[in-house]
This record gives sequence, structure tokens and C-alpha cells, in this order.
Amino acid sequence: MTAPSQQKLKVHGSVVVTANRLGDGAVVHWMAGGGWSAELGKAAVVTNAQAAKELLAAATADDVNAVGAYIAPVELNSDGVQPGNLRERIRVGGPTFDLPITFGI
Amino acid sequence: MYIYDDLDRRLVAERVDEFRDQVARRLSGELTEEEFKPLRLMNGVYLQLHAYMLRIAIPYGTLSSAQLRTLAQIARRYDRNYGHFTTRQNLQFNWIKLSDLPDVMADLASTGLHGMQTSGNCVRNITTDQWAGVATDEVEDPRIFAEILRQHSTMHPEFTYLPRKFKIAITAAPHDRAAVRVHDIGLRLHRNGAGETGFEVIVGGGLGRAPFVGKTIKPFLAKRDLLSYVEAILRVYNQYGRRDNIYKARIKILVHDMGAEKFAAEVDAEWLNIKDGALAIDPAFIDDIAGRFRYPRYEMVIDNPAALKRAQVTNPRFENWFKNAVSPHKAPGYSIVTLSLKPEGGPPGDATSEQMDRIADLADRYSFGEIRVGHEQNLVLPHVAQGDLPAIWAALDEIGVATPNVSLVSDIIACPGLDYCSLANTRSIPVAQELTRRFKSLDAQRAIGRLHINISGCINACGHHHVGHIGILGVEKNGQEFFQITLGGRADEKAELGTLLGPAVPYAEVADVIEDVVATYVELRERPDELFVETVKRLGVEPFKERVYAAR
Repeated sequence: MTAPSQQKLKVHGSVVVTANRLGDGAVVHWMAGGGWSAELGKAAVVTNAQAAKELLAAATADDVNAVGAYIAPVELNSDGVQPGNLRERIRVGGPTFDLPITFGI
Repeated sequence: MYIYDDLDRRLVAERVDEFRDQVARRLSGELTEEEFKPLRLMNGVYLQLHAYMLRIAIPYGTLSSAQLRTLAQIARRYDRNYGHFTTRQNLQFNWIKLSDLPDVMADLASTGLHGMQTSGNCVRNITTDQWAGVATDEVEDPRIFAEILRQHSTMHPEFTYLPRKFKIAITAAPHDRAAVRVHDIGLRLHRNGAGETGFEVIVGGGLGRAPFVGKTIKPFLAKRDLLSYVEAILRVYNQYGRRDNIYKARIKILVHDMGAEKFAAEVDAEWLNIKDGALAIDPAFIDDIAGRFRYPRYEMVIDNPAALKRAQVTNPRFENWFKNAVSPHKAPGYSIVTLSLKPEGGPPGDATSEQMDRIADLADRYSFGEIRVGHEQNLVLPHVAQGDLPAIWAALDEIGVATPNVSLVSDIIACPGLDYCSLANTRSIPVAQELTRRFKSLDAQRAIGRLHINISGCINACGHHHVGHIGILGVEKNGQEFFQITLGGRADEKAELGTLLGPAVPYAEVADVIEDVVATYVELRERPDELFVETVKRLGVEPFKERVYAAR
């Protein structure tokens, strides 16, 4: 997946603004009323470039609580807001394999 | 082990205090991310997909048992109970909190560890042969010169803002276990016709987007000239290296564009001005540095003691491990033991806190308290008495690091890939895991023979895929994970870049393709001991290509 920061802003479908929380790097999402949430379901979802730019501008202005804000695709289904590609699925759900446990076996 | 002095300890302690202040100012908002990012990178702190990552330097891959216990304790207290050993002999923690980092660095400093110069456009951790000092085929211990270079390049003001990162590797053996020909500077310590030891100097090697095998610009450099000559190379690079394009900023591009001969001439011109100055190394200084390495006092023991012979005869599992993971040592009666961090289905290079603690205990009991990290992402106990091998095998087997697959097809080198890394295009670790399951039969692996698979999740090539016997590179196509396969690469003294097999294959087919490639090799090799790379060299990639793509 090309790093989001290297992509031109193109919006096809639903998107959110996502970033990493400053203190621990955890994945957070910008909410409609402002502020960040670790729950993707609470993210502000927009569907056009202008709205996405405005969200991103508001999120980027907060340089203290989160870093590296960018626009990420999401899908809306009966389970609510879901990550829109593999990168975002990994960011939200963690690595796609079991982390090592005692003695790695 | 090299014993740090007060200056080393003070330098690291001061850096911890500085970083603590910088983190506090960042968390309070006094520093912006733009201001803070270069400061954290200078200490090895990256921001990855879902957490901060801390990269810790392990100079020339040598760790004490106390240092390994410190790493285990940090993993337990501040991370998720494991660490990842990298292809540059470093260790990475993937889940560190920024707010905890000053305390983590203070803990590291207590045993002489740090993350300085593990990121940024500076001289990075200097790597070497993980068997340095104990290998039967080396001319001298290369770590002495790695340490001299480490001291010279640490916080060197002229080389803190190079055009791009800079990696140096040293070997002192004819068989290159440090991949020196694919580093910015590769140094090969050897003996000339007059019996003197000195360095072959190789520059402009590197992988990534534009891979090159390095060029020899000085076949023999006297040891006294090591610092001045390396400094001259860095000065020429600093002056002419491109800063306008990050993709063309490494020294390999400069050497390629300028030509090795002209580059060497520029270095020589610069070197003439400084070679007899303060950087000329006095033999007494080399002796002083060598004197700070603490070498084991080996006992007078014999080769092949009865306890070893008995275990070989009575225990086939031990015998298989012995033949695979135990190597000759320069001291009579001792062996070098490689610990495989590549269990079937495991992420390559990961070790849990419990494993690290137990390995540290075993190092104390059986290996003079010393552990090495190899660029293949395995660990080494470098000084094990042969009579202790049965006992140490049982202990290693119990903690899952005695898989007898060293240098076999399931001993896979892989970068963290998209499961962690913000630069990656595709995952690497799950591909490696699936391959270890496909090749889980150790008998089959032994029948295949030495075969290195290297996997990178993007063109930055942290998994060194270009020099894998089989290289696997993840690329993105329309949002999907695809993989290019290369064959015939190698990172040793005959370093060569692999040849592309054909069009990239989707994630779901990678393991099938690799199985086909290996099966083709087994059919085509002239004799059982013809290595995979030798077969590819003899036949080219066409027979493999036909087999793989005919079936798809």
C-alpha cells in the first residue's frame, strides 16, 4: 500500500481522518465534533474531497494530541464503519498473525 | 565483550537526560511534531502503523547476558513481551509508548545500550561477522576495528547530516558472513603477500530501490589508515552526494554516476590531506582498544569429548541439531552454537522476554556471558564447550530455539512488513510463516540443502531480497498484495543480485510458486550438493520460469 502521506488527495467513497495518538502511538480517528477517538465507529465520515480537506485541516491543527493525520478509506456496512483497505485493517486490528507468546511456540 | 569506560557511560546518560526533556516538551506541546521528529529519530524512535517503534543498537552484534536481560525486562515492562532482531544486528520493540521512552532509555543506559544513530542520515550501527573473534577462518577480530569506527563516528559533527543514512560492515574471514559487499562501505580484513593485515575497501554497495554490489576502490589499506580513509570517503560523499532527491542520495548512486575510478581518485585526493594527521592510527591505540575487549579464558578441553560422542550416537534429534547449528571454534574443545529464531510458523527474528532471559542464563552458564546477533536474525552463543553441547541443546530445545534449520529453506529473513511498518506495501511475516509450514519436514529441508529465502514488504529492501537465493519482494497492484520473485542472489563473498523470475504473483500463490521453484531445483541439480544458487548460476532462471508460469 503506498504510504497515505505520499498519495494525492482523491476521495472515492467514504473516508475518515486518522492519525496516531501522541503519547502511545495508538490509532485514533477524528470525530465530527472535534477531538480524537480510538473507536473507528465514532469517526466523522465524509464522502467528498472538500469535506475531507476541511476535516483534515481541523485534525492537523491539533498537533498535541495526535500526529501524522491523513485521510483513510472506510466502508459502511451493517456492522458500521469498517476499515477500507488492508493497511487500515491492520492499523485498526493489529498484525495479521498471532504475536509471539512464551517461548514462541 | 568490549568494556565501556566513563566517557561512554556519561555520553549515553547525558543523551537520556536530553531526550527526557525533549519528550516532556513534546508532550506539553512546547515542541511541534516537526521540531520533535528529527530529535526522536536521532534516538531510534519511529512512529509505525499502530505504535512507536524503538530500535536499539547492538554494536557489531555483541550482547552481554546482562544486556539481554535488560532487553527482556524492557519487553516485559514496557512492550508486549517480545523483541524483534533485525537484519542489521539491532533489536526493535514495536509497541513502546512515547511517554515511557525516557525511562526505557534510562534502563538501556544502565547496561550500556541506546538507540543513538539507529536512524537518521548518519553512520549507523557498524555490523560484522556474528562469529567474530571465534571463527576458525578469520585473520583478526574485526570487532576491534568496528569499535574504533564506532567511537569515531558517534556524534561526529561532520557526519551527522549526511545526504542519507550510511552503513558500514566489516568482515575478517574469507567467507563473508557480514554481507560487506552490499553496504555503503564494506571492509574485508585480510593478509597481503607480505603477511601484513589490512583492509580491502569496498564502496557503493546497497539494496533498496537501486541495488548495487559494491566496488573495490582500495585492495589493501593499512590499518593505520582506516580512519583517515573512511573519513575521506565520507567527505567526498558529503560533498557530492545528492540531497535533492531522496531516492538518489545514497553513496551507491554517487559511485555509480561518478564511476568507481573517479570516485576513488576523489577519495585519494582528499585522503592525501589527512592521512598523516590526527586520524592516523597509532598501533598502541589499536592495542588499547583490543585490550578493552574481555576475551574468555578457555579451559584446556579436548575436541570431541566422550559426552558429545555419546549424545551423537544415542540421540538422533541431538545429532541433527549438532550437524546443523554447531560450528567449529578456534579454541580446541569449543564450538559456536547458532540459536534459530525461526520456529515453524513463527515470525522470523522474534524472541520473547522469557526466551531472552533463559538465553541470558544459558550464556552465563555455558558461553562466558556472551551472545551474538547475526544479520540472518538468529542468535549465537559463541563459546560453548563441546562437552556441554548435549545439556545446552536440551535447554535450547525446551525454549523453542533449537530448530535445526539454520541456513535451510525455513531459516527465512523477513522484514516486519505491513503488519508493523508504515513504509511497507505488503506483508512479509505471514508469507514467511506459510513457507515454514510448507517446508516443515526437516528431512526434506536437509535434502534441499543450503537455501536462503529473503522477503521484503517494499522496495526499501530491509529483508535484503535482492541477495536472497530466492528473493521475494512485495508490491502493490490496485490495492492488492503481489510479490516479485528473484532467483540467484547471494550476500557472501560472491555477492550477486538476483534475477527476476517473471510477473509478480498474488499473495495466495507465493508459497505455491516457491514450492515449484524448489522442486525444479531438486530435479535439475547435477548432484545433491550442488547448491540452489549454483544451479541457478549454471542454468539461469528460464527453466524455473517455464515451470512456474506454465502451471499458471
